[in-house]
Amino acid sequence: MRQSLLALLAKEPAHGYELKQALEQIFGSAYPSPNIGQIYVTLSRLEKDGLVRVVDVEQSNRPNKKVYYLTAAGREALDVWVDEPTEGPRVRDEFFMKLVLAPMTGIADRMALISRQRRHYLALMRDLNELAERTDQGNRVALLLIEGAMMHLQADLDWLERCQEDLS
Amino acid sequence: MSPPPPPIVNTVNLVKIYQNGGVPVPAVRGVDLQVEAGQFVAVMGPSGSGKSTLVHMIGGLDARTSGEIWLDGRRADTLSESAWALLRRQKIGFVFQFFNLVANMTVADNVELPALLAGASPREARERREYLLGELGLADRADAAPAQLAGGEQQRVALARALANRPSLLLADEPTGNLDSRNTRDVLRLLSEVHRDGQTIIMVTHDARVASLADRVVSLLDGEIVDDGAVGPARRRPRATAGDVVELRG
Repeated sequence: MRQSLLALLAKEPAHGYELKQALEQIFGSAYPSPNIGQIYVTLSRLEKDGLVRVVDVEQSNRPNKKVYYLTAAGREALDVWVDEPTEGPRVRDEFFMKLVLAPMTGIADRMALISRQRRHYLALMRDLNELAERTDQGNRVALLLIEGAMMHLQADLDWLERCQEDLS
Repeated sequence: MSPPPPPIVNTVNLVKIYQNGGVPVPAVRGVDLQVEAGQFVAVMGPSGSGKSTLVHMIGGLDARTSGEIWLDGRRADTLSESAWALLRRQKIGFVFQFFNLVANMTVADNVELPALLAGASPREARERREYLLGELGLADRADAAPAQLAGGEQQRVALARALANRPSLLLADEPTGNLDSRNTRDVLRLLSEVHRDGQTIIMVTHDARVASLADRVVSLLDGEIVDDGAVGPARRRPRATAGDVVELRG
């Protein structure tokens, strides 16, 4: 969440509640939106690290409003984050460990493991299908995220097939 | 009580061995498969595992080497080629990997023809065609010739054609192989709909989105069934959002 708050503040200074609303509006259901407490905790950490600065703005009949600004150091941290490549998904997953280790110890048959895993992936895919149906079709960000999850799942299934071919 | 209806498809120890320059190459090695009316079965497995051969044999497009095929309680593997053709026309819709549309007929005529051959009135055939092409996002392509269509469009026309006469059995071999994700979504929606209305489907597919709609997944490896069972029930997470799913995938 640190980086998304920095990115929003790079656009314009804002107070905590505005940041929460902006995140909700941009990501919709694609990312569960943090509660306001989490946002203030993150902002105060960013402030301690010198990446944002806070200014009290007086309001009549109300407590002061804290408006957050991005500092030069914050801008730099944001640039570093945006410029660096992002890690790809893991391949060395727990299922692969089972697949390699289980037969050695006689715990399970590889084909049975693969078949069970395939059915599990397909059940996950069914969930994603239903989720895509339920999702507001105007919410491009959420739909793209679901599509990305489907593509990863498809790759997992294709790889399962390769394991089945080579290990049988 | 009356006996239960026979399965729509029943294969008994079904075997196919191709001859490759005098060398026998087994493609399907003793498959017993029963499919009940209304079931949607996805057939998965690596390439060369015998999926297409199996489905072609069930549709009578490839002769078996040994074993039996029963369709709707009738022995089918002993039929003559012309009797098979008649049975296919009446009972089976087939979507191939390659679309086999009639080149000198319009899209609309391609789709209506099977319904007309099966005895539907011109009006019924037209309404069914309009419904199917509409569902697949092809309503405005009805008057085009197949050659004017992109590959993904031809593939969807082939699906519409296969469903035109409401066959007892829909056989499909990679019916979404050429589709982008939006077109795949149309196909998924139509398949769910006809399946809900009772359509029996046997479908070879690599596409997990399609397979996940099936009631049952049959996995082949080296010409044999290595797994056959229901796709697990979708977990009930009624309030799940896209974000939760991505967390789920870690």
